[in-house]
Amino acid sequence: MPWWVWPLSLFVVTFILGILAVLGGVGGGVLFVPIVGGFFPFNIDFVRGAGLLVALAGALAAGPGLLKRNLASLRLALPVALIASAAAIVGAMIGLALKPNVVNTLLGATILFIVVIMATAKKSDFPVVPKPDALSQSLGIMGIYREESLGKDVEWNVHKTPLGLVLFIVIGVMAGMFGLGAGWANVPVLNILMGAPLKISVATSKFLLSITDTSAAWVYLNQGAVLPMIVVPSLVGIMLGSIVGVKILAKAKPKAIKWMVIGLLLFAGARSLLKGLGIWK
Amino acid sequence: MTNEKTKASEEQIAYAGVLNVGMWFGLFLLVVTFIVYISGVLPSYVPIDDLPKYWTMRVHDFNVALNAPTGWHWTALVGKGDYLNFVGIAILSGLTILCYLVILPILFRKKVMAYVVIAIVEVLVLSLAASGLLKVGGH
Repeated sequence: MPWWVWPLSLFVVTFILGILAVLGGVGGGVLFVPIVGGFFPFNIDFVRGAGLLVALAGALAAGPGLLKRNLASLRLALPVALIASAAAIVGAMIGLALKPNVVNTLLGATILFIVVIMATAKKSDFPVVPKPDALSQSLGIMGIYREESLGKDVEWNVHKTPLGLVLFIVIGVMAGMFGLGAGWANVPVLNILMGAPLKISVATSKFLLSITDTSAAWVYLNQGAVLPMIVVPSLVGIMLGSIVGVKILAKAKPKAIKWMVIGLLLFAGARSLLKGLGIWK
Repeated sequence: MTNEKTKASEEQIAYAGVLNVGMWFGLFLLVVTFIVYISGVLPSYVPIDDLPKYWTMRVHDFNVALNAPTGWHWTALVGKGDYLNFVGIAILSGLTILCYLVILPILFRKKVMAYVVIAIVEVLVLSLAASGLLKVGGH
């Protein structure tokens, strides 16, 4: 098969993934790694390197708007990012040292775990924070934003910050190890555990990826696990798909799409798991 | 309506400004250099037709088989179409460090010393990752 078939296929697939990611409310990386890793001939090392850069580019593109509109909070992001980005370096180094079948098995198990989280996790628009914890108070992690849907300003605080920071160690390691964006884990921790409003959690999570994935991306880049032939078509495909996805979003039925994305992840996760276990080569 | 209370802080606006310019610049460069790469205007370090033979390999085996550069040694090969793409990739990957450096003086002026420390440590962490000093064991 000529070489150009693969980047072209990659572009088409990632374009579709970009649309689905927006409609399903997930980051592109979490769909990219298991699907491209499972169904394309590239070694999982290069797929993870590309996955990180795809997630990083999406986060970099979204970051300025989210920061300017005060939906992504630097006060919330900076301490969390420090923990997650340091952990992501460790995760990337572990991930690159593991054998591909081990990576695929763990990746498959992780994706199936993400499916469970997506199917069952509750979200809260405005969680109740009875008493902000001492750490968040001393760091001034709080804010106020304009909630246009209610036509009023919403003040927010967080609690359980120490536990949240510990969980971001785990999230960072997994992001680096598998090349996944970690929005699927960031949002529940920021929103349900720490009590940040849903909009602040989603926006800060997206911005956070630009820092977490940066550290892991450098490890992959320095090890040579980045191939432009995989990265660039994927990155352009997923970004163009995201733009189209945003346009479709207004007319789509979000619940149906969410279940479609969950079904896709279930399939891709099972594929990774079975590939790793040598059952479906 | 945005009022003073709901406005983004000075450091957020500064961070967003640098991120915005750097991101578009990096992406533009990445796309342009990729077109240069696949058009064959510049020779590739790894011939494009041969690439499918190698991308199935683990990265360690890939590096050994092709004597491919690791760390920052790719900078010596930017005259090759494939490694020229690394300029855009490095800009996108390095942008966050620059954003932190831009907000550091603002945080310092505001005397939010906890965030000054966090920002400095983050720059060190990201610089360490970018340095190429961290080695992953062979397989």
